[in-house]
Amino acid sequence: MLYTLLCYNKEDVVWSWSKEEDDAVMARLNVVHEKLVKEGKLGPALRLLPTTTATTLRGPDMVIDGPFAETKEQLLGFYVIDVPDLDSALAVARDLSAANPTSIYEIRPVALYVPEARENAPKERVKAY
Amino acid sequence: MSLKHERMLQRNASKRIDMSQVIQDPTWIDSILTASRPQVVSALLRYFRDMDTAEEAYQEACLRALRNWPQNGQPRDPAAWLILVGRNAALDGTRRKSRDVALTPDEMISDLGDAEASLVERLDDSQYRDDVLRLLFICCHPDLPATQQIALALRIVSGLSVAQIARAFIVSDAAMEQRITRAKARIAKADVPFETPGPVERSERLAAVVTMIYLLFNEGYTAGNDPARASLCDEAIRLARLILRLYPTEPEIMGLTALMMLQQSRLRARFDANGEAVLLEDQDRNLWNTKLINEGVALLEKAMRHDRPGPYQVQAAIAATHARAGSFEETDWLAIDGLYAALERMQPSPVVTLNRSVVAEKLRGAEAALAMIEPLEKSLSGYFHYFGARGAFLLQLGRTVEARSDFDRAISLATTPAQAAHIRQHLDRITKDAE
Repeated sequence: MLYTLLCYNKEDVVWSWSKEEDDAVMARLNVVHEKLVKEGKLGPALRLLPTTTATTLRGPDMVIDGPFAETKEQLLGFYVIDVPDLDSALAVARDLSAANPTSIYEIRPVALYVPEARENAPKERVKAY
Repeated sequence: MSLKHERMLQRNASKRIDMSQVIQDPTWIDSILTASRPQVVSALLRYFRDMDTAEEAYQEACLRALRNWPQNGQPRDPAAWLILVGRNAALDGTRRKSRDVALTPDEMISDLGDAEASLVERLDDSQYRDDVLRLLFICCHPDLPATQQIALALRIVSGLSVAQIARAFIVSDAAMEQRITRAKARIAKADVPFETPGPVERSERLAAVVTMIYLLFNEGYTAGNDPARASLCDEAIRLARLILRLYPTEPEIMGLTALMMLQQSRLRARFDANGEAVLLEDQDRNLWNTKLINEGVALLEKAMRHDRPGPYQVQAAIAATHARAGSFEETDWLAIDGLYAALERMQPSPVVTLNRSVVAEKLRGAEAALAMIEPLEKSLSGYFHYFGARGAFLLQLGRTVEARSDFDRAISLATTPAQAAHIRQHLDRITKDAE
């Protein structure tokens, strides 16, 4: 079974950490990452830039500055895409939105990308439904 | 625990705080208290309409948090907890002080009727926005000179100690204490608008606050290699993030935040081991902070999508063009030239033209650059960078005597040892070449 672990915290606190504080947390996390890599359990992992850098697409034409902030909807899934800039990312989100018009897409730059490190990483779709 | 909060506990030992109840190192509480400060103080200010009462109430709430949270854990909404506790504590204090008076004056307890549960609810985003903006705006009162505005914002909004602010401004603690007291007295007399601002008023307040934040950043940025002063830049970025979260759709706020992040990203490369300034062309780009660069560029992209350009966005775009270049040689000077031209149109100023001339030199040579800045001599006759740049252009054109005279003039106008040292290198080269 594949799982996603979503990490929540107060970004104004976290992004005010000094370099030393940030490094210390990352060092502790890296110990866990390495253990998971050794055990063949770690898929791709991401750290995101703060929500101030987020843009949200509601339907193909409505672009909103800021993160997705409603509580009526729930997080259902996410994509990682490799494009040159925000406009290109929005273009991809528009395509997704056109295909799935009731869904809302928050576009957030990735701060840190830890690639898939499992030798036995799946090459095909893994479905749990 | 930070010294600040530790001292607070000691000072208040007389209030019978059981120190054993305080966990030895609750750094998590510390960072939450610091992060919540603007929201809490600004909400308390709305309740009490008095800066000192609001500050005391905040302090009291922090004390109770330091006692309470280690045992009970972090409340779900720490800011709301602090506001509620601070408000109740201050009201208790007010009631005790006025025991002889039958009723607490209504204006002091205007919100006493609120049920506790509804308080959290009432702290919706728009209320919080206006509270924080008001608090910042009070610090930007037009009667206050810029340095006092900054000092007050650092004290009240950021919660820096008087000693920390004094160090940043290179004055004695006593002088800074006096400066802040005077500033507080001045705004106490002034009319502070407590009603919810209309859209025009709100955008005027925002503009004043944004200017203050940029001044704060520049205080730190021009300070050179002094860590106490350079920390002002971090504080300015922190305040900009705060404003940006409250006003997420203003392209110029995104632009300013991006600009400051992109400038600050070069911090570690701007000075060598001896504390001497390192020019952009000589900086080790591996020392640039990519985290800040990426965040700044992401914000700039968001801002530009609005198609409402402004001076902060353009300056951020210039900084981003430098940040994107892998080396000084790879800099896209054409793009930077176009951006400076746009900035000249928006904000005509001899300093902007001077900056553009440095780019013109790269694209069209020293002759063209010189022609661009010769008309500026009168307005920039007291400006170090003018004579530094003109000297460099003249030197390139082989006009050594004039170059030397400009460099001498630049040295006499230098405001930091690093500036003078840099010009002296040019003079040494002239002398060496002449030998």
